[in-house]
Amino acid sequence: MFSNFDWDVIARSLPYIFLDGMWFTLRLTAIATAGGIVIGTLLALMRLSSFAPLSIFAGGYVNLMRSMPLVLVIFWIYFLVPYIGQWVTGASRPIQVGALVTCLVTFTIFEAAYFCEIMRAGIQSIPRGQTEAAKAIGMTYWQSMGDIILPQAFRNMIPVLLTQTIVLFQDTSLVYVISVTDFLGAASKIAQRDSRLVEMYLFAAVIYFIISLGASVLVRKLQRRVAIVR
Amino acid sequence: MKYNWNWGIFFELSPDGAHTYLGSLMFGMVWTLATALSAWIIALAIGSVIGVLRTAPNVWLARFANGYVELFRNIPLLVQMFLWYFVLPEVVPNAIGTWLKQLPNASFYTAVVCLGLYTAARVAEQLRAGILSLRSGQRMAGLAVGLTLPQTYRYVLLPMAYRIILPPLTSEFLNIIKNSAVALTIGLVELTAAARSMQEFTFQVFEAFTGATILYIIINIVVVNGMRILERRLSVPGYISLGKPAAAH
Repeated sequence: MFSNFDWDVIARSLPYIFLDGMWFTLRLTAIATAGGIVIGTLLALMRLSSFAPLSIFAGGYVNLMRSMPLVLVIFWIYFLVPYIGQWVTGASRPIQVGALVTCLVTFTIFEAAYFCEIMRAGIQSIPRGQTEAAKAIGMTYWQSMGDIILPQAFRNMIPVLLTQTIVLFQDTSLVYVISVTDFLGAASKIAQRDSRLVEMYLFAAVIYFIISLGASVLVRKLQRRVAIVR
Repeated sequence: MKYNWNWGIFFELSPDGAHTYLGSLMFGMVWTLATALSAWIIALAIGSVIGVLRTAPNVWLARFANGYVELFRNIPLLVQMFLWYFVLPEVVPNAIGTWLKQLPNASFYTAVVCLGLYTAARVAEQLRAGILSLRSGQRMAGLAVGLTLPQTYRYVLLPMAYRIILPPLTSEFLNIIKNSAVALTIGLVELTAAARSMQEFTFQVFEAFTGATILYIIINIVVVNGMRILERRLSVPGYISLGKPAAAH
């Protein structure tokens, strides 16, 4: 069993799976989180808008994204982006897009639906009186949102937003289905090249576990601090 | 945008020679539902035990249950899938490993076990929240009238907790359906994989994925509405349902 494990394969491939793989995973997580929160917040504002076409569009978008498996969305974007690129640039054939761009687009628009729901809950948690008070003293919609409602909504939702980021971090492993070299993809390539599946997959699991658990412990600590201050 | 649309492709014969492409998508959907439903049984059974243990007075049992939840929540589902499918047969004694590898439909069984244990951690989390949302007086009253602790859970706490957590359980059930798509990486031809192979044979990318998307939406609508009826019949008067379940997919 463990006696014929080749732990050396991990040591040998460390630079590749961390500098190539993990670096990709972390960049994807960070950029998709930032993009997802921005678009998600806009979607939440649209969903809460009293202008029906906006709220219907945002609601439809969120429900569509939430009823599809992420794997299917990855495939959709993987095949769709070259055609959209062709349409936008007017090129004669579908343009080739890099792996990072495909993944960034996918995770940003997919996670935006989930961040939208979080931000919607955050905005709704702020008493209506505050919006009305802002209006009463003559603030415009964007002033009251930007200066009064959204800062509080963000603050209340920070723990949930961060928890969703940990989910996103784990979900990025699914880019495996389009053969992208993220952390798991790098581990998997070494595993198949050297026939060391057991070592590499266990190692990947341990690393994901340590990072996710560490991050969720930090989030829980933060949650307690936010709760006290509020 | 230059793309040759061909919606008639769904009614053309697929490479298996017996069914249309629409039929092969349907088979995919049946595998998706079979996987999700079988895994859901495991998730409910084990999730209930773990959830109850997390609220139990015995410190070690609660620690064990917390450990279970942390373990399954902090490793990506795809990695867990690989661990069950590629790693497990190698680290068990040879005879069992060989038996596992030669199992017919191995990817189905693996997906069911993997998804079931993964979702069990999430069900446990919901059930714990449900039990903790009950007033502590209920537990005390149960014990005071002479019920044992297991009886208190069986007749007082759990019947209430399950009814309260029905809405978040609906979300978890939708999640398990969507998560079953991850099993395509170990060779299960569920709905997403069926669409993918249709795309590979026909090059009709967008028709194939549109078909799969519509089927997923239909499943979603059916489950949501079915559960809404159940929720209305089972909701506990005077209790507002628990907040949204933890974000997930």
